[in-house]
Amino acid sequence: MDTVVCVKHVPETAEADIVIREDERGIEEKDLTFDINEADNYAVEEALLWKEKFGGSVTVITVGPEDANMTVRMCMAKGADRAIRLDDERFEGSDSYAIAKILHAALKDMDFDVVLTGIQASDDGHGQVGPILAQMLGIPHAASVVETEIIEEGKLARVHRELEGGLHEVVEIELPAVLTIQTGINEPRYASILGIRKATKKEIALSGLDDLGLGEDEVGEAGSKTRLEKLFLPPAGERAQILEGPPQEVSAELIGLLKDKGVI
Amino acid sequence: MGDVFVLAEHRRGELREVTLEMLGKGRELAGQLGGQLKAVLLGHGVDAFAKELADQAHEVLVVEDERLENFNSELYQKVLASLLTERKPTLTLIGHTACGMDLAPSLAAELNLPLATDCIGFEFEDGRLLAIREMYGGKLQARVSFLESRISNLESQYMATVRQAAFPLQELEPLGGQIVALDSPLAEEARRKKFIEYVEAAVGEVDITQSEIVVAVGRGIKERENLEIVEKLAEAVGGVLAGSRPVIDAGWLPPERQVGQSGKTVKPKLYIAVGISGASQHLAGMKGSETIVAINKDPNAPIFNVATYGIVDDLFKVVPALTEQLSGA
Repeated sequence: MDTVVCVKHVPETAEADIVIREDERGIEEKDLTFDINEADNYAVEEALLWKEKFGGSVTVITVGPEDANMTVRMCMAKGADRAIRLDDERFEGSDSYAIAKILHAALKDMDFDVVLTGIQASDDGHGQVGPILAQMLGIPHAASVVETEIIEEGKLARVHRELEGGLHEVVEIELPAVLTIQTGINEPRYASILGIRKATKKEIALSGLDDLGLGEDEVGEAGSKTRLEKLFLPPAGERAQILEGPPQEVSAELIGLLKDKGVI
Repeated sequence: MGDVFVLAEHRRGELREVTLEMLGKGRELAGQLGGQLKAVLLGHGVDAFAKELADQAHEVLVVEDERLENFNSELYQKVLASLLTERKPTLTLIGHTACGMDLAPSLAAELNLPLATDCIGFEFEDGRLLAIREMYGGKLQARVSFLESRISNLESQYMATVRQAAFPLQELEPLGGQIVALDSPLAEEARRKKFIEYVEAAVGEVDITQSEIVVAVGRGIKERENLEIVEKLAEAVGGVLAGSRPVIDAGWLPPERQVGQSGKTVKPKLYIAVGISGASQHLAGMKGSETIVAINKDPNAPIFNVATYGIVDDLFKVVPALTEQLSGA
């Protein structure tokens, strides 16, 4: 069972202050910490579980700058066998379609049973790369997968797709296939100290535009179908009434307000 | 020319609400593009849906085929690729749902169409269509443009998936559209992907939708051991304990306690969100609550945009204080 996992090195912005860049088409990254995209972390774990069960290999692949080595190295520390990083300054400005094209160029001649991606990236949230990649590879896909069962290696898998309202849909899908993994599907492991030490010495294969045999007009903004024109703060709606003061005071104030409203 | 197509989404005999939301917005966009609004309905035994959609569209295009009874992205893609190639609508709208996410990206790639996903708005600038979508968990929004056709005599075509509940249901004049039955282009069964069955979520001990007070905890709680302080708050205020996705994913609370799009939708009298930033999927499951209190240390957390009262502070200080006063009161 050979699995390729596409991972993305993303900024952690849940609790950070985000500053829009001067050109308004990106954010200032220097004060942010980066890590593997959350859903991708679950995808890596799913691949490692398969490797433990069926044998075979796990390859992680990313499109990203040198800093992304940290993310793929951590995947190797957990047990991935090899890592590939695709990087070229001409990739700058690529939308999901162009990113899928870059990944496709790297994967098209590779042997694998399954390609996994996270369901979406926590930064831009497009949720497009996995299914587009499947289309380009000419193989089936299933999005939002929360349970997998390999029925026959190299041939058939049975997966649960998460629908709305707690409902799941069971689908049988021919392999090779692309599955986009939803968070919560498993319990991602932590890397061991020994694993981390070993991973620091492992090589990360690097490929650029020319190595991939792609043309300049196939990637970056030229190869994209959408363009992020401008980032802005959400329009201020009816914001909450913010209660200010030390915890004891705001608690008393809140309880008073809730009692006046008759909700407690 | 200038037509807007809306893909009708239905599941287990029900038309899903996002369809009508898209038709409401689609009517406005078709007007701006100078075209017609058409609903596209794929399924088996869906006459009743066709009639319902006819009120809200200039035309309903129906592909009836028993192989389309349940959603299957492989079959849907085949039918839609043929239909969109033939009819060339300017804009195709699909719900940003589990179905839409499974279908739209590969369909757009097959047809070479630009696609913007999870859109919450549309604008025109110098006659060009722009999509508005959220980024960074709702902390920022982005204006996205679509690639125009490079062939000058060809009209540009775009596709977008639309966030559920982003556009309100509207009471609109019925359009009395015509229902047009189309031949199914499907020649065979799905080969590579088969729908097997639906599986319902397990029914848990507690039904959080029945409680008048819900206290929900999110990622901000950091460790499983810390859950206890929120549990105590729930007890003191007489509410039930629930959680947002990260808490359920981590296995700290059972799935039946999840509030959000993939979990439960709750509308209690009082909803207290503790350490929840307010991703759109979470907001979808609780924004109908009567009174919402949010406790979060990040002043820019989107939860404060739906909350009635907000406390911007460390939950580990506020929650115990609140619990203590409620217990003493």
